Amino acid sequence: MKRRDTLKAISLAGFGLAVEPVEAAVPAPPEKKPVIPGGRQPFEAERDAKLKAEKFFTPHELQTVTVLCDIIIPADERSGSASQAGVPAFIEFMMKDQPRNQTPMRGGIRWLDNKCVAMFGKPFVQCTKAQQIQIVDKIAYPEQASKDMTQGVSFFSMMRNFTAAGFFTSQIGIKDLGYVGNTPNDWQGVPDDVLKQYGLSY
Amino acid sequence: MNTFQIKEAPTVYDVAIVGSGAGGGMAAYQLTKAGAKVVLLEAGGYFDPADPKYITQLKWPYESPRRGAGTTRPFGDFDAAWGGWDIEGEPYTAAKGTEFFWFRSRMLGGRTNHWGRISLRFGPDDFKRRSLTGVGEDWPISYEDISPYYDAVDKLVGIFGSKEGIRNEPDGFFLPPPKPRLHELMLKKAATSIGIPVIPSRLSILTKPINKDRGQCFYCAQCGRACQAYADFSSSSVLCIPAMKTGNLSLINHAMVREVLTDPNTGLATGVSYVDTISMQEKTVRAKTVMLAASTCETARLLLNSKSSRFPNGLANSSGVIGKYLNDSTGASRSAFIPALMDRKRYNEDGVGGMHVFTPWWLDNKKLDFPRGYHIEYGGGMGMPGYGFGGGIENLNGRIPGRNGQKKAAGGYGAGLKDDYRRFYGAYIGMAGRGEPVPLESNYCEIDPNNVDKYGIPTLRFNYKWSDYEVKQAKHMQDTFEEIIHALGGIALGSKPGPESNHGYGLEAPGKIIHEVGTVRMGNDPKTSALNKYQQAHDVKNLFVVDAAAFPSQGDKNVTWTILASSWRTSEYLFDQVKKKNL
Ligand SMILES: Cc1cc2nc3c(=O)[nH]c(=O)nc-3n(C[C@H](O)[C@H](O)[C@H](O)COP(=O)(O)OP(=O)(O)OC[C@H]3O[C@@H](n4cnc5c(N)ncnc54)[C@H](O)[C@@H]3O)c2cc1C
Repeated sequence: MKRRDTLKAISLAGFGLAVEPVEAAVPAPPEKKPVIPGGRQPFEAERDAKLKAEKFFTPHELQTVTVLCDIIIPADERSGSASQAGVPAFIEFMMKDQPRNQTPMRGGIRWLDNKCVAMFGKPFVQCTKAQQIQIVDKIAYPEQASKDMTQGVSFFSMMRNFTAAGFFTSQIGIKDLGYVGNTPNDWQGVPDDVLKQYGLSY
Repeated sequence: MNTFQIKEAPTVYDVAIVGSGAGGGMAAYQLTKAGAKVVLLEAGGYFDPADPKYITQLKWPYESPRRGAGTTRPFGDFDAAWGGWDIEGEPYTAAKGTEFFWFRSRMLGGRTNHWGRISLRFGPDDFKRRSLTGVGEDWPISYEDISPYYDAVDKLVGIFGSKEGIRNEPDGFFLPPPKPRLHELMLKKAATSIGIPVIPSRLSILTKPINKDRGQCFYCAQCGRACQAYADFSSSSVLCIPAMKTGNLSLINHAMVREVLTDPNTGLATGVSYVDTISMQEKTVRAKTVMLAASTCETARLLLNSKSSRFPNGLANSSGVIGKYLNDSTGASRSAFIPALMDRKRYNEDGVGGMHVFTPWWLDNKKLDFPRGYHIEYGGGMGMPGYGFGGGIENLNGRIPGRNGQKKAAGGYGAGLKDDYRRFYGAYIGMAGRGEPVPLESNYCEIDPNNVDKYGIPTLRFNYKWSDYEVKQAKHMQDTFEEIIHALGGIALGSKPGPESNHGYGLEAPGKIIHEVGTVRMGNDPKTSALNKYQQAHDVKNLFVVDAAAFPSQGDKNVTWTILASSWRTSEYLFDQVKKKNL
């Protein structure tokens, strides 16, 4: 294959094309054949579909997660916020995909609500913005947090990590980051101006 | 209805090959090209890297609901391995106080669809470690015996690299290597300044076209997803599919081989029995010669399970050596943050799948307190973000001055944190040592007396512990990593793994580096080896092993290039023996 043809073939190749299953371990009922997206094994496609149909977060929990992840990654002059990038839905999926996350997440939200009720008389999402920041400030800085806040610190670190992963793997986040790869190209080395900037050469 | 009625195909093939990975693919390719009628039995499903049904290459993280997390595939949602450390219904165990991690792929091409493409020849010394050091084992062949096959593999499969003239890192027939990325140039400068060499890596990726059936690398860094342009080496695209085109190959997918069948009178192999994993039917195929390439541990398992009154210890095992001397590469790693790389200019630096430079073993073990060497693999750069991106920033951002020159409290949230992720992107590097262990009789796999898989086939039980040799080598790796990080002006991440860390000095658990070899080793003495120097069973002349089970040791070089070369050599020998009517 000539290089140009390769590139053309690549750009035409199926991205997420829905195709019929290669084989099913158990014959599917004829009326409803599962659709296996390209690149998925049948068991994975079935598992994904099942997980997507389930709900983990209660509306209250989802609201809490949404507020928290937008505090962690808000909109700024360069890009949108975590919730605009679909982070809450990603976190919801990860709870079902890797159930070990469920207790720290659900319990963490409870911990937060309990602290907020003790401090402000209301669960987190019903607090004022200033109150929300007040409690977040107590759990967002691991090295400064007081002894009675360590569980909250763990919870917030988990939220921070999920939020960053979800945001920067979204279309909005990838653009924000300036990642310009994942496309056929011809690598010719580090650009000259960058080499010069670092005092390096080939 | 008797479901245990065994279906027997009437054809007698010239050769039955078990497993379609590096070893089986090469044998299938060579033998079908030479005109033999071959049946290839593969436990997994069909896979073609160019078929949209299977393609994950060039997908974006958001096309995965888990953003590429490794929930169902250990190396992530887009990785081309079907299988992993645990396969449902195919368990394995480890004896108390020992451990082994066993990575298996169940698909056409085996683990070569997603492997790292690091393609290193063993050097002359790697074939005679016992003579040189007094520990371990010599091979029954030398570098000179295998080097013509390395040459041939280089040309058939394609590999890039650079001629360096290092005695124990033999050069090959190389395509041009890609230029180093920015962090790789920095690493090279830093490491070289303290006497550690850094040279272009040697990967089986086509930086130039080599024939009309395969495309050229288009630099997406995703070889691990298998290349739809066939621009890297996968046994599926480069060997098995071309072998099918000869018209001489019958490929049977979903064929889990149970045992090698023998004639009780002659003691010769007559074929194999297998379970069709879809229909669960028991079947057999007949062949004049049987070649095993199910991967190191699986090949040993097959032989140990092929018991008969004539072969009570398992087939080809009069030496009792099968399963023993199992050994995997050592591995230890460290990562660092490079402040000089913060706030980088963005450009596409995906490059090929994997590192563009590496460090071959550069020291003399005679002057060290451990007998074997290691090489260093490097990671880093502005790669495509994936699951886990930005994880653990709270351990780092308190140590780095902000744009205003002031340090701030670690962790945090908001616009400042968001900016940290951007600033730190592309400023991390990773180093991984991959070393040679000393093969020991006490490290072995055996048939587990208590367990079977879902096909009723007895499973493996592992017995593996690192020795002091490997622990000392890992200590040396950790010291070296810190020296390089220091020379780079980097900040080492995490604390330095010490003697108290798991296995000592961050040494990975046995099996984790996925270079297992040695369970059906070759040698000149039938009392201490199962195969002769052509990887032909001492006890059964029409039985061959063409995967790394045959290797007495593994060098500090990843093993696959040697599997390809030796499988080719064995295939040629087999053909020659058939011509001479010895088989
Ligand atoms: C993530 C990763 C990275 C790697 N990177 C490198 C690298 O950079 N360089 C390097 O040299 N090596 C690397 N390796 C190792 C490399 O993949 C293996 O050395 C190589 O694939 C081994 O080839 P093989 O033919 O022995 O077995 P495999 O490739 O494992 O193929 C064996 C095949 O046999 C089939 N099989 C098993 N049992 C049976 C049975 N009973 N009946 C029928 N079929 C059966 C399996 O389904 C499989 O398809 C890497 C491995 C992994 C997992």
